[in-house]
Amino acid sequence: MSQVTTQPSITQVWDWLDAVPDPEIPVISLVDLGIIRDVAWEGETLVVTVTPTYSGCPATSVIAMDIETALRDRGIQALKLKTQISPAWTTDWLTEKGRTKLEDYGIAPPQPAGGPEKCPHCGSPHVTKVSQFGSTPCKAHWRCQDCLEPFDYFKCI
Amino acid sequence: MTRDDAFFQFLLRMGDNTLILGHRVSEWCGHAPVLEEDIALANTALDLIGQTQMWLGLAAEVQGDGKSADDLAFLRDAWDFRNVLLCEVPNGDFGRTLMRQFLFDAWHSIQLGRLMKSSDERVAAIAEKASKEVAYHLERSADTVVGLGDGTEESHRRMQEALDYLWPYVGEMFQSDDVDAEMVKAGIAPDPASLREEYDVLVSRILGDATLTIPESRFAHKGGRTGAMHTEHLGHLLTQMQWLQRAYPGAKW
Repeated sequence: MSQVTTQPSITQVWDWLDAVPDPEIPVISLVDLGIIRDVAWEGETLVVTVTPTYSGCPATSVIAMDIETALRDRGIQALKLKTQISPAWTTDWLTEKGRTKLEDYGIAPPQPAGGPEKCPHCGSPHVTKVSQFGSTPCKAHWRCQDCLEPFDYFKCI
Repeated sequence: MTRDDAFFQFLLRMGDNTLILGHRVSEWCGHAPVLEEDIALANTALDLIGQTQMWLGLAAEVQGDGKSADDLAFLRDAWDFRNVLLCEVPNGDFGRTLMRQFLFDAWHSIQLGRLMKSSDERVAAIAEKASKEVAYHLERSADTVVGLGDGTEESHRRMQEALDYLWPYVGEMFQSDDVDAEMVKAGIAPDPASLREEYDVLVSRILGDATLTIPESRFAHKGGRTGAMHTEHLGHLLTQMQWLQRAYPGAKW
């Protein structure tokens, strides 16, 4: 007797996770943020591997809850969330789509040079650092010297 | 001492350093000189407390008594803490807080760099994660120490006073004992004394840029990382930090 399987495909699960917004920066998804490292079926159990951004980020537990809620709503019964700290999360894992969305939202995406390329509001390259830290652990506080608007810069780590 | 006993002590030392310093730094929340600095201090504290969860989480696992990182943080008394005294001294003014941060960050970044090569992969993974955050802490604390040291007459004076006050607490970070010997033998962690040369090079360069003078005396207060004798300040800190779990045992957020 063959068993009828109703397991959603891995691609399907990735799509669902791509619809779960980051709780602090809701314009990008958890997949955009690069913290979902793996999705796999282990028998009947769906295993989602998550890498935290910053060790003390208060969003970490909310993220776990959001993943669980989203997948349970799609009918996933057996779910295991695995935390993986190595390799450590890096902003290189942000998706291109995520970077574009950040900039549209007014947050300058990370640059290897260590500072924003341009003001996310007016596009001017004349920007100055206000503080190495910002409103969340993952951001720094910058300001445009032309339009004078302050903005968040997603730190490159 | 068995290897696991030594490993547990080592993990407490790492986790208690970040926990106690993280708590100290968090005391600035809402009180820093300017908003940006307030946010920076709170972020630094948050990173340190996040790292504590990893170190004390592993400590609890190694201890194997079914305790959690929270049990270790909230239900031990002063004599069971293994942080260096540098982490528990009061904040003083903003300058002293940043000087303490710099003196700690410099050690922390070197230590984590070595721990990334630990024979225990859990230790190496935590170190890899934490070192990224600590590199950022060091960049900021070093910049601030230079800015204030090589700043106005008053900021220079205060930074020199901060350095004079804190310098006798630096030596403890490099003292070795049986726990360390066991960790070196197992390839888990470096001998603390072996970090001193690199530390002195780094700290001398930054403090030189800050136009500050390192005190000549190598006298070192000690007793924190062994638990033999903490300062009177730790108990006061714990009354704040542990109050909720002491008054309402097992309370959950």
